Amino acid sequence: MSEHELTGEPTRRDFLYLTTAMAGVVGAASVAWPFIDQMRPDATTLALSTIEVDVSGLERGMSITVKWRGKPVFIRNRTDEEIAEADAVPLDDLPDPSARNENLAPDAPALDVDRSAGEDRENWIVMIGSCTHLGCVPLGQSGDFGGWFCPCHGSHYDTAGRIRKGPAPENLHIPPYEFLTDTRIKIG
Amino acid sequence: MSGGHSTYEPKTGVSKWVDSRLPLPRLVYDSFVAYPTPRNLNYAYTFGAILSVMLVSQILTGIVLAMHYVSSTSQAFDSVELIMRDVNSGSLLRYMHANGASFFFIAVYIHIFRGMYYGSYKAPREILWILGVIIYLLMMATGFMGYVLPWGQMSFWGATVITNFFTAFPLVGEPIQQLLLGGFAVDNPTLNRFFSLHYLLPFMIAGVVILHVWALHVTGQTNPTGVEVKSKTDTVPFTPYATIKDGFATVVFLLIFAYFIFYLPNYLGHPDNYIEANPLKTPAHIVPEWYYLPFYAMLRAITFNVGPIDSKLGGVLVMFGSILILFFMPWLDTSKVRSAVYRPWYKLFFWLFVANAIFLGWLGSQPAEGVYTAMAQAGTAYYFAFFIIILPLLGLFEKPRPVPNSITEAVLAKHGGGSPEGAPAAPENRG
Repeated sequence: MSEHELTGEPTRRDFLYLTTAMAGVVGAASVAWPFIDQMRPDATTLALSTIEVDVSGLERGMSITVKWRGKPVFIRNRTDEEIAEADAVPLDDLPDPSARNENLAPDAPALDVDRSAGEDRENWIVMIGSCTHLGCVPLGQSGDFGGWFCPCHGSHYDTAGRIRKGPAPENLHIPPYEFLTDTRIKIG
Repeated sequence: MSGGHSTYEPKTGVSKWVDSRLPLPRLVYDSFVAYPTPRNLNYAYTFGAILSVMLVSQILTGIVLAMHYVSSTSQAFDSVELIMRDVNSGSLLRYMHANGASFFFIAVYIHIFRGMYYGSYKAPREILWILGVIIYLLMMATGFMGYVLPWGQMSFWGATVITNFFTAFPLVGEPIQQLLLGGFAVDNPTLNRFFSLHYLLPFMIAGVVILHVWALHVTGQTNPTGVEVKSKTDTVPFTPYATIKDGFATVVFLLIFAYFIFYLPNYLGHPDNYIEANPLKTPAHIVPEWYYLPFYAMLRAITFNVGPIDSKLGGVLVMFGSILILFFMPWLDTSKVRSAVYRPWYKLFFWLFVANAIFLGWLGSQPAEGVYTAMAQAGTAYYFAFFIIILPLLGLFEKPRPVPNSITEAVLAKHGGGSPEGAPAAPENRG
């Protein structure tokens, strides 16, 4: 019996076991990585991340739905009544007080103007048409608040796409977009 | 797989030669011929065999369907219609596979309820039970991914709703969802990986089934009395007794299965899945396959926030929790008596649990509003109370009826004619 075993001190062999095991773990993790990595969205999926939409044909009170990243995007030219209705709602009545607008700071409040395309373009609203509950497509101009209504589990959104009633936790998300001209929108 | 002493005796030269090299015939003989089974097993105990037959049937029909199916969003729906109309015997094979999934679940639910009724999960069979729950989870994953493959409206929106469960988890939710989908929404990459995994998982189920049967043959089967096998008179050999009983039950089960295949092939499906998937339009009512409905009802029952947990995360946690809690059942039940036959209160609460599960299933198919939500909340409360409150407390307060000393004694008391309560015996006691 060696002196190390008698004293309970770690031996050179203990050190070798430990380093071998560590090298094995690192090796296994590096081999596992490509198997996990391949599941992430691939280059063609990411390449579809930007689209341009012509909205010149949209009169007041009309909407279109376009497909962006596999999901529907609602573009609506809102009427003055819809804007006034959404504008009149106090922030305290909103279950989700955040604007959820990727073009603004993350802590922007869910005011009607911050949900829309901004000052002078308050009539335009662009939102991802995927219910923040479990991803169904809400139906336009229906529900208790005249905005959108998700038939799957009964979430009601108002005319600014803000959640008002039902199981959805957040307002409809607003994708990054900009008006290239007055009639052309780039989404993504 | 048998834990006991082997009684296999190779007779011919060839079998002796094989036995000393790879004793596979010995393993089969010890596991499925000489293996001792309790003499009082009833037909509730035949569902293990039925499930094995269904697994083989699903794998066989699945392999041939995969020869004709195309897992691409532009062709998946058409290739399924091609199977239905143009492939020789294609519609029969697809109906066998689709209804086979339903009958697989019917059999597994009876199998699970049988285990709960006769206390099959209790020591020393905890690992056997846990392996069973793992098989059930794998079955649910396989069934879900299989339902996506025809690329109908219910396929697409069911996949959307279920993968959106993961977005309920803060921070990690969305990256996990994108990893599962291979994109930002259910699309071609999703369909392809689901097809690959749908082909893989049944073989993983088969692997866990081998462990499940191995664990079963170490501890031996339970029986309606819940009393362990004590002497040789308590058992009969697997062949011919269990083989014939299992075989007969399987034939009856397959007859009902065949009736559905030939006369009601679409009864258990949803007509919306014959409409091709449309990512821009959600069907009015998204309903999962019937075998997930109780869990869907519990998901939707959580309409309120609890502290920092919002209703969406709460619903997802309740739904996953309702299955995960099964893993802990062996330790939640504190009763020393195994079988519900001798537990009057447990018997009552058990049948209430079964009725509640069916009730939740019905609620899962109804719209989530008004009185349905309130009923689903009551049903969810009972589901969890059964495991967390009733099971632990019953063991402390329930006074069980006297348990027979042995299986032989119980069988003779019933069939000897000497017992006063022999005549009106409940069907579940019948040997």
